[in-house]
Amino acid sequence: MNFILRRLGFYALAAWVSITLNFFLPRMMPGDPGDAVMARMQGRVQPETIDAMRKAYGLSDDPLWQQYFDYLGNLMRGEFGIAISAFPTPVTDIIRTSFFWTLLLGLTATIVAFLIGNLLGIIGAWRRGGLVDSVMPPLLIFVGSFPYFWLALLALFFMGFEWGWFPLRHAYSSNISPSWSLEFVGSVAYHLVLPAASLVVVAIGGWVLGMRNTMISTLSEDYVMMAEAKGLPQRRVMFNYAARNALLPNLTAFGMQLGFILGGALLTEVVFSYPGLGYQLLGAVRNLDYPLMQGIFLIITFSVLGANLVMDLLYVRLDPRVRGA
Amino acid sequence: MAIATETSNSQGTPAGAAPLIRIEDLKVQYLSPRGPVRAVDGVTFDIRPGEVMGLAGESGCGKSTVAQAILRILQPPAVITNGRVLFDGNDILDMSDDQLNEFRWRDVSMVFQSAMNSLNPVMTIGDQITDAIQAHQRMPGRKALERAEELLRIVGIEAARIDSYPHQLSGGMRQRAVIAIALALNPPLMIMDEPTTALDVVVQKEIMSTISRLKQELGFSILFITHDLSLLVEISDRIAIMYAGQIVELANARELFEQPLHPYTNGLMSSFPPLTGDRVKLSGIPGSPPDLVHPPAGCRFAARCPRRFEPCGSEPLFAEAKPGHRVACHLYPESRTPQAQEAIREH
Ligand SMILES: Nc1ncnc2c1ncn2[C@@H]1O[C@H](COP(=O)(O)OP(=O)(O)O)[C@@H](O)[C@H]1O
Ligand SMILES: [Mg+2]
Repeated sequence: MNFILRRLGFYALAAWVSITLNFFLPRMMPGDPGDAVMARMQGRVQPETIDAMRKAYGLSDDPLWQQYFDYLGNLMRGEFGIAISAFPTPVTDIIRTSFFWTLLLGLTATIVAFLIGNLLGIIGAWRRGGLVDSVMPPLLIFVGSFPYFWLALLALFFMGFEWGWFPLRHAYSSNISPSWSLEFVGSVAYHLVLPAASLVVVAIGGWVLGMRNTMISTLSEDYVMMAEAKGLPQRRVMFNYAARNALLPNLTAFGMQLGFILGGALLTEVVFSYPGLGYQLLGAVRNLDYPLMQGIFLIITFSVLGANLVMDLLYVRLDPRVRGA
Repeated sequence: MAIATETSNSQGTPAGAAPLIRIEDLKVQYLSPRGPVRAVDGVTFDIRPGEVMGLAGESGCGKSTVAQAILRILQPPAVITNGRVLFDGNDILDMSDDQLNEFRWRDVSMVFQSAMNSLNPVMTIGDQITDAIQAHQRMPGRKALERAEELLRIVGIEAARIDSYPHQLSGGMRQRAVIAIALALNPPLMIMDEPTTALDVVVQKEIMSTISRLKQELGFSILFITHDLSLLVEISDRIAIMYAGQIVELANARELFEQPLHPYTNGLMSSFPPLTGDRVKLSGIPGSPPDLVHPPAGCRFAARCPRRFEPCGSEPLFAEAKPGHRVACHLYPESRTPQAQEAIREH
């Protein structure tokens, strides 16, 4: 209980710090970001609208503390303001759709990498010095030594552009409207392959090596030796005895990975023009769209904090020893 | 140590009683950067039906390696470099993987030293019994569970514990559960590798009496491995004493306790606490066992031996000094090679 309270306290503090930072950052930019923004809007909208917008964005001439409390109040009501680059769409609308795409991409890539990586690690450790074990680690190190950005571009260039196996951009084909139809879901899956695969290729190495090492130490446990002495089929010894135990520490790492999903795929989204949070963030930066930037920053921080909190709570459930601490 | 040429039944096997299992000139090495560790270096003994064979020696002398070689569950870097393990006339070391999996647990099962570590922490006790049964016999799940409950009752655990996970049981109960698993297929031979070492004295006594009772009721043979010779007093029929990868003495239990021949056996006996009375400080054997990468030429115990003399620089034969009592020590003429005899004559 004590442990949970302390963790909750920590997360509350972290949340407050990030909210406050988020308030000050645009205000610390050189020049007046507000003016810069408004300058871009000049001539496109009425001056009265601009004044209203300034007010709405909290870029008023009020004293700083008042701006701060206005900002907090807006956040409480779930108002992130209006996106400048997509006026007059509310920031929350943009975040909601891009949040979904980021989640889809991140979850797919993380889960696939986790499954394949652990399976390869299990097999590598089981047949130590065998084919998988001798080919995988050097290959993974080789792949891992290239900058991700470069790998992703390479994949996009050859498989997307040169050979035309996969689409070049976006999350679904623009001539299908979103619905639960087979056609649409298929299109989403098709668009997902390349960006997700690029993430899997770089993430998989960690899982393979991690699993291989825990698995090797698990294989020397007495219970694995006893399982073998029992004359059980190899598969059963490998999965039910060795791998199931070796997987436990990896599950924790998996949970932590989930927390980073939202912030993690930024480069991927940019390279593959995948309309997630990262892609939107790039657009927001380009267009000096401060409300959108702030909204995305906040959503990313809160997701990481939230995922970590969930992991902490889960850990308390999984490991009785933590409860007393 | 050379193997003395085998005269018929030189180990005192009663005429007509074929041994259940026979280990012949077994050699196992652990490949290490310093060179091969000769953990087991020419071990020969047999176990008869219904017999309890004790295997004792200081820790590190190769007892567990012998046990694991019999079931062929040694892990790399261990390699079996020589020998035969004959069960029912078949050499286990020659078996294919399928034959081996059939042989394991059905013919020989094993109780490991630490019950804490030999149970799978994420599987219930019941599942760990039934998977052993179902790997060897076609049996519907319900019947296998009934059998598992019966086995738990036999070793003194309530049947309701069948769905418990290992961490929900006490140390003693866990070791009982391991014994229940070992009994699952009613094997004729059970290897017990220090089955009570990790337990406190009271629990240790309970487990020992459970083992004796089960042996009485079910009549299987046991290879009972321990570093504590005192545990073997009550339970074993014969005892083999192992030192630095070799068996140095083998005799009937009573005879071994009353008239130990090898100086190492003597040392081991004076180093175990009296069963009654205060725990006195153990005298032990001064010195430590030799490096098994470069074992000394000649008798391996010589450096620590209080009765060392001239011939000990050559290897003694493991020979029958008295009927049914074998020893590898130059104190006994039967063990002396011509070379050793010469060394004695010269002085
Ligand atoms: N994996 C290993 N690598 C190198 N040496 C080993 C390994 N395992 C055991 N040994 C050595 O083999 C010898 C016998 O070990 P073991 O059979 O476990 O002895 P015991 O069971 O009698 O205590 C010991 O001296 C030990 O140091
Ligand atoms: Mg041992």
